[in-house]
Amino acid sequence: MAEPVLEISDLRKSFGALKATDGVSLTLLPGEIHALIGPNGAGKSTLIHQISGSLKPDSGSIRFLGRDVGGLDMAGRARLGLGRSFQISSLMPEFSALRNVMLAVQARQGSSFRFLRPVTSDAGLTEPAMAMLERVGLAGRAGVPAAELSHGERRQLEIAVALALGPKAFLFDEPMAGMGPEGSRALTKFLDDLRREAPILLVEHDMEAVFALADRISVLVYGRIVATGTADDIRNDPEVRRAYLGETA
Amino acid sequence: MTRETAVNTGLALLLVAFPLAAQAMGEPFYITLATRAAILALAAVGLNVALGLGGLVSFGHAAFFGLGGYAAGILSTHAFNAEPLFLGFEGTASMPWIWLVAAVLCGLVALPIGAISLRTAGVYFIMITLAFAQMIYYFAVSWPAYGGEDGLSIFVRDTFPGVNTALPLPFFLICYALLLGGLALFWLLRGSRFGAALEGARQNPVRLAAVGIAPFGIRLTAFVVSAMVTGVAGALFADLNKFVSPSMLSWQMSGELIVLIILGGKGRLFGPVAGAMLYVLIEYVLGGITERWQFFLGLVLLMVVLFARGGLLGLLAGKARHG
Repeated sequence: MAEPVLEISDLRKSFGALKATDGVSLTLLPGEIHALIGPNGAGKSTLIHQISGSLKPDSGSIRFLGRDVGGLDMAGRARLGLGRSFQISSLMPEFSALRNVMLAVQARQGSSFRFLRPVTSDAGLTEPAMAMLERVGLAGRAGVPAAELSHGERRQLEIAVALALGPKAFLFDEPMAGMGPEGSRALTKFLDDLRREAPILLVEHDMEAVFALADRISVLVYGRIVATGTADDIRNDPEVRRAYLGETA
Repeated sequence: MTRETAVNTGLALLLVAFPLAAQAMGEPFYITLATRAAILALAAVGLNVALGLGGLVSFGHAAFFGLGGYAAGILSTHAFNAEPLFLGFEGTASMPWIWLVAAVLCGLVALPIGAISLRTAGVYFIMITLAFAQMIYYFAVSWPAYGGEDGLSIFVRDTFPGVNTALPLPFFLICYALLLGGLALFWLLRGSRFGAALEGARQNPVRLAAVGIAPFGIRLTAFVVSAMVTGVAGALFADLNKFVSPSMLSWQMSGELIVLIILGGKGRLFGPVAGAMLYVLIEYVLGGITERWQFFLGLVLLMVVLFARGGLLGLLAGKARHG
């Protein structure tokens, strides 16, 4: 079996008496989409926060590219190649779509302490940023401030920003949230291709998309992973049906 | 030329035309007014780096304004009296050296203040910057060697090679040139990669970290640069008044600098210039009519905050746009 890109072992996090993450272990293998599903309050976001570095686990380890990243903050993990999108679009509202992506390109080049050269005429930033916008189909809206983009466009921009980081793994927190059926289908197709670039840990409520995309699915309930397997395994797992899928499966 | 560029050019020309006209009419007092506006504008340009671009509401920038002033006062007093300051060094009355010392001193002081203050945010950041400035204020008040509460006089205005600084107009032109230099620095910073990261830190620090840029270092750098520019303005202010006192370090001064930016338009290149010109105008015109002119300044500020959030620049040049 290939070496996992991301390996989480026995991660624990409590808020008072609530065990939000209760001994979670999971791996993300090269080239796969590993979906993380679970009912509301299962601790999916808490888990994503710990992986990305915005929340410190109580115990357990997170290894990324064979390296323990427990001591790195969010910016440090991002620099290592952990590309993240947010559940609620988190962009620079005043910056245009292009400048949002340019900032990510700049971060990837590791060059934020340059004080004199104007960025708007810096082809080293504008060209790769424009290419990313084209990939997600936002090139026509490059000059529009993020605050004025539609909800769906902001989701696309989130993806473009994550792409621009050239990450070694993607961490997508409900990328389809609030998208219409057409947008969801387009994004599903997009993510399907994207896994060849870097594996994706996908938290998603859109079950149609999850079952269409995921190589493996892990089901999180009350901070524990109750099952991991292929889409078929999960559909047929009695515990999962009881705990989560219920009548909808 | 965009509307904003036109407005900026107009403001820059107005600020230089006014003292030239005053000179032609033999009214040197008005040159001093314009000099005051130019220096306050430069101090506010400095604050605008932290507050406007970085969203860091420093309520302690008077510390840097005052330290710049004291750098000028102390160096020039020692040079005047030929008393060694340390290791036989007798100070200097040369403005370029004084500015350099003021900038370096303010940068060195801003580094620890920023490093501590930037661990907080929002109202705590405001309060902790205020607390640091108050510490320096009380230190100056209680330090008799340089006048303590009474302040320190500069008997002869410091010198600049090839310029007679004792005359109002040449001194104005020096201040004006430095203001233009400060504006150029602000413009370069804002357009650069650093500026993009700094504005990102203001808009959404979590997003900035998620792309791999830690906001702390960016903000700290901005805070230090901001303090250095304000410090140079403080040195000029001391030379304008030929006097430094703890009032330059007071929290009222910090508030005044913030008011200039709010009046003019925060984050806008010429916001501090417009704010300082309006402020000095109100101070002079209404100050001549009533001692309570600050009441009316308050009304103007209230109007701006309620009805013209972008300040004067917002009114004249419209909403700010990012490329």
